[in-house]
Amino acid sequence: MSKVWSRRILEVLLVVFAAAYLSPIYVMLVNSFKTRLEMYENALALPSRLTFEFYAEAMKKMSFLTAFGNSLYVTLASVVIVVILASMTAWMLVRTDNWVSRAIFLTFVSTMLIPFQTIMMPLMQVMDWIRSTLQIPMLNTHEGLIYMNVGFHAGMAVFLYHGFIKSVPIALEEAATLDGCSKFGVFWRIVFPMLRTITVTVAILDIISMWNDYLLPSLVLSDKGLRTIPLSTFYFFGEFTIAWNLAMAGLTLAIIPVVIFYLFAQKNIIKGIAAGAVK
Amino acid sequence: MKNIAWYALFTFPLLFIFTTVVIIPFVIGIAYSFIEWDGIPANPKVFVGFENYVALFSDQRFLASAGITVLFTLLSLIAVNVLGLLFSLMVTSGLKTSNSARTMLFMPNLIGGLILGYIWQFIFTDAFKMIGETTGWSGFFFNWLLDPQYALIALVVVFTWQMAGYTMVIYIAGIQGIPDDVLEAAWVDGANAWQRLTRIKFPLLMPSFTICLFLSLSGAFKIYDVNLSLTNGGPVNKTEMFAMNIFNEIFGYGHYGLGQAKAIVFFLIVALITLTQVILTKRREVQM
Repeated sequence: MSKVWSRRILEVLLVVFAAAYLSPIYVMLVNSFKTRLEMYENALALPSRLTFEFYAEAMKKMSFLTAFGNSLYVTLASVVIVVILASMTAWMLVRTDNWVSRAIFLTFVSTMLIPFQTIMMPLMQVMDWIRSTLQIPMLNTHEGLIYMNVGFHAGMAVFLYHGFIKSVPIALEEAATLDGCSKFGVFWRIVFPMLRTITVTVAILDIISMWNDYLLPSLVLSDKGLRTIPLSTFYFFGEFTIAWNLAMAGLTLAIIPVVIFYLFAQKNIIKGIAAGAVK
Repeated sequence: MKNIAWYALFTFPLLFIFTTVVIIPFVIGIAYSFIEWDGIPANPKVFVGFENYVALFSDQRFLASAGITVLFTLLSLIAVNVLGLLFSLMVTSGLKTSNSARTMLFMPNLIGGLILGYIWQFIFTDAFKMIGETTGWSGFFFNWLLDPQYALIALVVVFTWQMAGYTMVIYIAGIQGIPDDVLEAAWVDGANAWQRLTRIKFPLLMPSFTICLFLSLSGAFKIYDVNLSLTNGGPVNKTEMFAMNIFNEIFGYGHYGLGQAKAIVFFLIVALITLTQVILTKRREVQM
């Protein structure tokens, strides 16, 4: 009996500990409802009333809905393109085992070591050159940002797909080829559906990193209307640092999409993170 | 012939994008590190040889920033991995509430560094000050971000808060990969909990240690977003990390050549430490 009880107590303690770990979120949440006076009386207490005035104001000042739409468009488009192109590339590299494939793969993998700061400035010069010489608007457009997102996430995605495809048996593909299926058909009808687990991993890792990315979008996008959520949060803070209740409401708004995504895809996210890291 | 066409069709699009976004800028970046330029297209780019590299070794602010980054990385490395390992042991102990605890402990990792930094900025500045005033414990609860040393610790706290859940997930995968019969055999042989942990679990967790150390090492060394939103390098540039120093040198002061030379040095250090770290830990991995 006492053993059962001590186990119950440990179980409760574990949850209490984990909840306490999230206390910064609590502090953010309660202060997003408080007036200035109430905040200074006790920053940790529950708010005396639930008012959404700061949310309404923060939403307007951050152009939250626009920023949300921008983030959604940029992230989803980039992830879809990365998944399509990286899986195709990795499959060809695995199935055509020669020195060219090995050299390409090695290039993809070794460049994963390059920190963003090492290429940010020359990248902007290259993109500016493309814009002014070839008249392709790479800067200050969502499409330019998507293009660069794809480039930066290519190495990791090819690496993950490459490792996975090596363990996929080739027999099915050979049978389909004998039946007269083209390479394109073989890949999309037979191979790609078998890559489901690794596709989920790649998509989740890329969604998280692209959604939260600040530095690259800050260099590429300059128009107010194009800002993603991290960008609009940054500018929002630059303008209203003193009004903490308003700021906390803005931060809560910025986190809501992430929390919803987490609630719905929790199992896949944790599995994907573990799989992506262990490879 | 037909196969070559298919090969090109499948690999060319990504290779093209990758080359224009990563390879070409990387190569051009090396060239930029040998010139002096202020970033204005109309102004000339002057070739100065290794002058930028010589200059950065006498740049006091840069050297201080490098030192701070190393200190921050070491502290974070320890905090992130100790906490992540503890969490993973807690949630794999078979308690019924393990799953919900794991869900909560991992959550901070999903929130972007920029936003995390802002939340904690409020906690370390105003919330801490208010708590200090009401409780009288102002020796601990004061504005941490005004003191260089405490500001650095604040950065470690926030980074750890973000990364511990991440390493926890990897350690959990490692712990679950340890076969039960090995632990049972040890238990039958009379090994106590501590011995089972240090003699069996830890050696078998070596691959997880490799990954977690690698990830927290490179993550800490390259920190930028949290640095920007929590302290913005302050007070008086005392918490300006490596990445932020490079950004400020290039886009803040317009020293494109010098800043790019720093960026190349940054790359060399990141490559060097991560590669040595992987090689060192790989050697200690135990084969089952």
